[in-house]
Amino acid sequence: MSETTPTATPERAAGLPAQSPPVDPAETAKAEAPAGLSWWRGDGGEGAKRNLGLLATLVVLVVIGILTRPDLYGNASWVWGNTLTILKLASVVGVVTVGMTFVIIGGGIDLSVGAIVALAGVWCTTLATQSYGAGGMIFSALTVGLAVGVVNGLLISYGRLVPFIATLAMMVAARGLAAQISGKQTQVSNNQFINGIASTNVLGIPLLVYILAAVVIAGWVLLNRTTFGRRTVAVGGNPEAARLAGINVRRHTLLLYALSGLCCGIAAVMLTAQATSAQAAMANLYELDAIAAAIIGGTLLSGGRGTIVGSLLGVIIFSTITNLFAINGLSTEAQNMVKGGIIVAAVLVQQVQFGSLTQFLHRNRTTTT
Amino acid sequence: MTTQGRDLSRRRLLFGGAALSAGVVLAGCTSNEQEPTSAQTKAAATGGNSEPGKKVTIGFSAPAADHGWIAAITNNAKAQAGAYSDVELKSVEAGADAAAQRAALSTLISQKPDVIVLLPHDGKELNAFGLEAMKAGIPVVNLDRAFPDARAYRLQIKGDNYGMGVAAATYIAEQLKAKGVSNPIIGEIPGIDSLELTQERSKGFADTLASYGLKVANRRPAEFTADSGQQAATGLFQALPKIDAIWNHDDDQGIGVLAAVNQANRKDFFMVGGAGSKKAMEDIKADNTVLKATVTYSPSMASSAISLARLIGQKKGMSDLVELQVPKEIVLASETITKENASDYLKLGF
Repeated sequence: MSETTPTATPERAAGLPAQSPPVDPAETAKAEAPAGLSWWRGDGGEGAKRNLGLLATLVVLVVIGILTRPDLYGNASWVWGNTLTILKLASVVGVVTVGMTFVIIGGGIDLSVGAIVALAGVWCTTLATQSYGAGGMIFSALTVGLAVGVVNGLLISYGRLVPFIATLAMMVAARGLAAQISGKQTQVSNNQFINGIASTNVLGIPLLVYILAAVVIAGWVLLNRTTFGRRTVAVGGNPEAARLAGINVRRHTLLLYALSGLCCGIAAVMLTAQATSAQAAMANLYELDAIAAAIIGGTLLSGGRGTIVGSLLGVIIFSTITNLFAINGLSTEAQNMVKGGIIVAAVLVQQVQFGSLTQFLHRNRTTTT
Repeated sequence: MTTQGRDLSRRRLLFGGAALSAGVVLAGCTSNEQEPTSAQTKAAATGGNSEPGKKVTIGFSAPAADHGWIAAITNNAKAQAGAYSDVELKSVEAGADAAAQRAALSTLISQKPDVIVLLPHDGKELNAFGLEAMKAGIPVVNLDRAFPDARAYRLQIKGDNYGMGVAAATYIAEQLKAKGVSNPIIGEIPGIDSLELTQERSKGFADTLASYGLKVANRRPAEFTADSGQQAATGLFQALPKIDAIWNHDDDQGIGVLAAVNQANRKDFFMVGGAGSKKAMEDIKADNTVLKATVTYSPSMASSAISLARLIGQKKGMSDLVELQVPKEIVLASETITKENASDYLKLGF
């Protein structure tokens, strides 16, 4: 109610945490860096270097693929098809991750995303919903996702529940409701339009990839070019300072969880289309995939910093690893271990970039001498 | 301030109204008016064991897992009990894990049933319960997941996981031989890889293929769900540009596998399913997908378990056998369903 100076707010809100340097080094870096360095510089902080690091990781993964399966990579049409497959596999988790990135930047966490995808998927594939056609199915998936997100937001912002607990409770409850509605059965989608979302190509590129691109671009614009994005960074970086600057922190938090829920609704339609069915156990552990992707993409778990491009690269890296293990016929156990290792490595790299590791080494050196 | 306040309340009314109407529309969408799964029951024939006898109270417990197969187990047990006038079924939900099931079962024991039919979350973890109930004089019928201790059950009835792998491999090997394919490329999409049942199925598959001199080229596990099946299959297709045959362990995840087949536009192979869902049988009968066969692991075992529990309660034997009592162990054979016999099996699909 008191955000009466919308023109001045963005810059001030973004700059605010800089007044308390230990809280948010990213914001300090942004405030000091010259403007207009590169197109992604605006993406929530000093992401350029880190995103280049992620791209390098991706290149390394592809090189490993070329070395281990030269027979497949020698075929140009296979390589193109495989790239599209990797993007298609990344699309559902990618959409969920965009919402998750906003929530985490805003200082929260959403453990219920997988359950929301399952609930929205199950809800939109009941026989009654299917009788309304594709429009009804998409509408119900998006509305269910949004509604569950709003409930999460209300519990956290106005009910003062810790995000971890509120969304953990929602994770259990939403899967329970999904199982109740579906009667524990796999619900097959007979709608050709919905199923076609996963099999249609436009100009040789799968429709799912376009949807992912649209959501990512929308997320990037929202985070970097709107007041909403600036406020998200401010709220996550230092909620008290944000509140003093006149941001309605509670309402903003509510909107963040609603946004995450909406992304889950979109993802539910995409996943239902891919599997031509939905069930209560679908989208298993997507919350962990989304959080992991956001973290290796450079989003700070404590909030206040993160980039959409980084999160997207994180999802694509995981998708590429899955693909790499599949084409080499390696076990999924080893794959999970590698994914865990990459998460740890990503966090270590973050520490180096923030100088805490160099500080640590420096401290050690001074104590030994 | 006042104008702003009114503005807000008007906005709230707008959003509130929109949310409310969306809620009303959505509530109409939850109903799932499917025709009830025609349960796999055996109609009581006249004469012999089917004559109503002593009243038997059967306690029943199965996990509340999110899978069509488990749902069919519970439905079958209830339907078969309903088919007998002398059987009363006391069913308890087993909750989410072995501990919850143990708690549910202790309430069941206090109701003093004549026989307990039990699909445990985990046979090893509920072994102690079996011993306790047997000691208390209540015969226990173990459904599908074996107790390690032979004193913990009166009757064990289960499917044959190793045999599923054998049946699938035999069908694939014979088909490839008939087609004269040399050095065939065979893919496998198992269910949750850490489960013992998955490992047994895969072992049966690999052992039998080896006896034909064949092997699995790539193996991508899914999680018994359609979306994971789609992703596993997509990975498999990328790894193997040419495939001759695929065994997918589970027909529920097979919905996703078939979706992936369509999305990748692959027609170079044939596929064998597992478990025997109604949809799989219909697809096999229609013969318009790559799915050409499925090997059964039928939830009809729950119906048989109730029938046998009734006989145990009445102290009768199986009328076709010489013995005066029900045997101690029954392992169902895994049968291969193809286009030729799909019509016969359709009533057993879940």
